[in-house]
Amino acid sequence: METTENVLHQHSENHGGSWEGAAAPFNISYGKLMMWYFLLSDAFTFAGFLIAYGALRFSSPSWPVPDFVFSTAPFGIHDAPLIFVTIMSFLLIISSVTMVRAVQEGHRENKKGVVFWMFLTIIGGAGFLSCQAWEWTNLIGKENMTVTTNPFGSHVDAGTYLDEKGNATGETFKAGASYLLHKSEEGGHGEGHTEGHHAMAKGDHPNAFVDNDGFIHKKFKVTSGPAAGQVQMEEFGPKAFGALFFFITGFHGFHVLSGVAFLLIIMINVASGVYASRKNGYEMVEKIGLYWHFVDLVWVFVFLVFYLF
Amino acid sequence: MSHKTYEESKKAVVKGLFLLGFVTLIEVFISLFGKGHIIPGINDIAWIAYPVGFIIAILSIYKAYFIIYEFMHMAYEVKGLALTVLLPTSLLIWALFAFFQEGTAWKARREFVKEKNAKTVEPLKGKQGYFEDTSLLRL
Repeated sequence: METTENVLHQHSENHGGSWEGAAAPFNISYGKLMMWYFLLSDAFTFAGFLIAYGALRFSSPSWPVPDFVFSTAPFGIHDAPLIFVTIMSFLLIISSVTMVRAVQEGHRENKKGVVFWMFLTIIGGAGFLSCQAWEWTNLIGKENMTVTTNPFGSHVDAGTYLDEKGNATGETFKAGASYLLHKSEEGGHGEGHTEGHHAMAKGDHPNAFVDNDGFIHKKFKVTSGPAAGQVQMEEFGPKAFGALFFFITGFHGFHVLSGVAFLLIIMINVASGVYASRKNGYEMVEKIGLYWHFVDLVWVFVFLVFYLF
Repeated sequence: MSHKTYEESKKAVVKGLFLLGFVTLIEVFISLFGKGHIIPGINDIAWIAYPVGFIIAILSIYKAYFIIYEFMHMAYEVKGLALTVLLPTSLLIWALFAFFQEGTAWKARREFVKEKNAKTVEPLKGKQGYFEDTSLLRL
């Protein structure tokens, strides 16, 4: 930092003054200033996505509850609400911290230190991406959620599920309770959401309706609200949920992926001495650092909106 | 962190790590509390979601502030730079209120249409329309 400022200072003294275009506005280098403004525009893009999520969620009478949707983790762990995404958050926080260390070592012109801490940052980013890959695989492959289909729904009223003969069972649920529609063919439905229904023929049954795609819509008798006494079946949840989830976490994941790629390129350049010869306190490391912290910053809000609310 | 020594800034980084990790854990705990995972049944209280949502939103904003001001060094930049970045962002506060209001209005409108569609109307008998109306005018 000191070196950067000295260079800029000498520069402005050599020339006429501020109006000659010699002094750096805001006492910061062009590259860093432009990185800030790029991040500002990116913040607006993410804010647009997240506010759209909010508006659609407010407009929907029911919405899948995140602690039900995101309750599985690798190695067969289930019914562990939000645990896996908390681990993902920690990975990003830790990689952000190692990035700060890399920038500090850069100010000291310590090449080895910069490479070491950047390498740890890349490991953290790659770890986050692996976790996200697992999360998506589980949602798409096991729980059958796609951009256009959302099998996660929630009940508007309280009710009682029906048995094979169409009579009410003791299995009841409250208004607002979440459910996941399972597919009938395959034995393996979403991990942690095992409930019995293994193979059912397509069509209407007294206790469920199996649609053409094989989704089992369990039937129930409503026991509260204006529709009390009616027999209804579990419907798909709001379609927007799946689309918003994959687009927003995908857009963030793409930022992480490109961040890892840039970190890798810059780390290789650091190791080969490209920035040491510039003698500006490894400013390039600072710039990619700004980007990397921004990715962590966005995750704070993606985490808040998708998982905590 | 130009005003700090190397050792001081190394310590500050470790402090930042623990701070962010701790705040994240608290957020997850409060969120799970609001959903009834800590004390079963607490989620049946209708208003509980509001204070819980408010607290975790404030904690997230605090995390964002810490990342921007310490990790991204905004605290050590010229004030003008901070303003050019933060003032445009404050426009989003308007967007939050406007679009959440909009979403709520869509829901109300959809329910209104559903309610109207569910209503059955008895067909009118006898003379209707212009002819009937004019006859009522008693010109």
